[in-house]
Amino acid sequence: MELSFAKAVNAGLRAAMEDDPKVVLLGEDIGRLGGVFRVTDGLQKDFGEQRVMDTPLAESAIVGASVGLAYRGFRPVVEIQFDGFVYPAYDQIVNQVARLRFRSEGTVTMPIVVRIPYGGGIGAVEHHSESPEAQFVMTPGLTVVAPSNPHDAFWMIRQAIASDDPVIFLEPKQRYWDTGEIGDEAGIDLHRSRVAREGDDVTVLAYGPTVKTCLEAADEAEESLEVIDLRTLSPLDLDPVLDSVRSTGRVVVVHEASRTLGIGAELAARITQECFYSLEAPVQRVTGYDTPYPPCRVEHDHLPSVERVLDAVAATGEF
Amino acid sequence: MGLPISRTLAPDGELVSAHDFTVEDLRGFHRDMVLARRIDTEAYALQRHGELGLWAPLLGQEAAQIGSGRALDPDDFVFPSYREHGVAWCRGIDPAKLLGLFRGTSLGGWDPAEHRYALPAIIIGAQTLHAVGYGIGLTLEGRESAAIAYFGDGATSQGDTNEAFVWAASYNAPVVFFCQNNQYAISVPLERQTRIPIAQRAAGFGFEGVRVDGNDVLAVHQVTSEALRKAREGGGPTLIEAVTYRMGAHTTSDDPTRYRDPHEAEQWAERDPLLRLRRLLERTDPQFEEFDAQVQAEADRLGEHLRESCRNLPDPDLAELFRHVYADVPPELVAQREEVRSWS
Repeated sequence: MELSFAKAVNAGLRAAMEDDPKVVLLGEDIGRLGGVFRVTDGLQKDFGEQRVMDTPLAESAIVGASVGLAYRGFRPVVEIQFDGFVYPAYDQIVNQVARLRFRSEGTVTMPIVVRIPYGGGIGAVEHHSESPEAQFVMTPGLTVVAPSNPHDAFWMIRQAIASDDPVIFLEPKQRYWDTGEIGDEAGIDLHRSRVAREGDDVTVLAYGPTVKTCLEAADEAEESLEVIDLRTLSPLDLDPVLDSVRSTGRVVVVHEASRTLGIGAELAARITQECFYSLEAPVQRVTGYDTPYPPCRVEHDHLPSVERVLDAVAATGEF
Repeated sequence: MGLPISRTLAPDGELVSAHDFTVEDLRGFHRDMVLARRIDTEAYALQRHGELGLWAPLLGQEAAQIGSGRALDPDDFVFPSYREHGVAWCRGIDPAKLLGLFRGTSLGGWDPAEHRYALPAIIIGAQTLHAVGYGIGLTLEGRESAAIAYFGDGATSQGDTNEAFVWAASYNAPVVFFCQNNQYAISVPLERQTRIPIAQRAAGFGFEGVRVDGNDVLAVHQVTSEALRKAREGGGPTLIEAVTYRMGAHTTSDDPTRYRDPHEAEQWAERDPLLRLRRLLERTDPQFEEFDAQVQAEADRLGEHLRESCRNLPDPDLAELFRHVYADVPPELVAQREEVRSWS
């Protein structure tokens, strides 16, 4: 079955709702409209207004009400319409959702999935192209994942909904229209990273929207690039990363989010700690710059490109 | 301006409107309020003796908490703030379990599902949204039950609380918003939060708001019972403003003499919620003196239990707490747990 990324999430949500009557969807414009990206298209028609709720326009309440639903035994899946709109809900996510298991010593679980269309590259206005993942990765108690392709989108949303932990589910919106084959089985756990393309010379770490960029770079590179799709950002699955780095000795991390204290910083620290004697060069980072997201006419100079990835790969060879 | 204040029992102990409580009911309220006050004064003393890092006193708010707490059905679910020790008492939580949060031995202390009493929200107003979500869940299940959110006058300025009002109205959720208007948000008086009575705000959101004398346990029980009944029967949310007074400090770290006129506290002392019910019972219940002696003895035993339990609360094992961050402990936390153990 070949589907677009957006339709793959839709199919995954549908399957999860069929599997478990406690799965409910909440969000702005997700019902009759089917979501601004049509990810929930048709679900309200088939599952009813009680299970697919068009909510009042209030993000903190979308997440806060989900806490109450989870207390009652439901598994809420919420849609935050755009990445920049998550901040009004940030307090409920960080102060409530993430810590209730810990506070209650395991008696309260918060199986809430917060879906966020994230990242740039679609020519959007301000607050519609953000990459806030690091702000959730640094919050203990949250699982943070970012699928990069339709197969993972379909299976990871189902795994996220089945998880008893709260999951921040980042959907790379510039990849919503990419199509791909959906396999009959997930083939891999939610909490695992995966080698997307094997190579010998340089390890390239990516997730979400930048996986495709890095695979294209691997096609063009003179060096043999091993591209790892991280998939899970918290908890990190470092084993495939460290195995690869021990073999190549060279690493490039690629993400759209700003550089300072981004995921690349954590990866560089962990790789240095674990693979110091294997490293032939410092860890290179290709990221968005440390500015607010720029006007979209210049966003392609802000976002990691194939050229910038290749340049960083070349830089690892200079040591 | 606006809404009248419901009252059944006047400060002088005179009944000013009808009720159908039995003598046993009245004695029960008296017992609960005396014990709630004892929980509070004991915990306050424990803090002063250095056994607790902090305490948030309920002194003066016993009628608001017991009157509403005793109106709840076992199946109703409470989303409290951190001052609702009297409501916790009504839900059958051992008061010693309330101390862990303030002694620093726990961030919770009980299983919310067992007592149908959530862990207290410390972020002001956050729990109002949880109550609404829970109420929506009840509606989805078709259950005749209700959620109740407790918060103070300060919380009515929070965005979350106002979003909760919008949502509760929109979904006609079976939720009672129980605001204890104790006149102060730490040091800031009510006038800074609102220009109109808090209960009057409900009309703007599209549901009923009622004001009640929060120091009148009978009236509080009556209005809360009615609001809960309405919620369970599909009548939607109610905002109850229980007008009361925080006779003590915000917490033991606070100093109300910096911002309150002592004259004001004296005036409210005359409206003490325990005093007025005592006046009624002394006048109307021939066996009250004997009953009261039993209650005082029970309060003494409760105080002893609290002192004993407090000192025996075990420090948590930091490494053990790592089990509760995620459903399964991830590899990095396993490694960090070993680090903790290597130091202890």
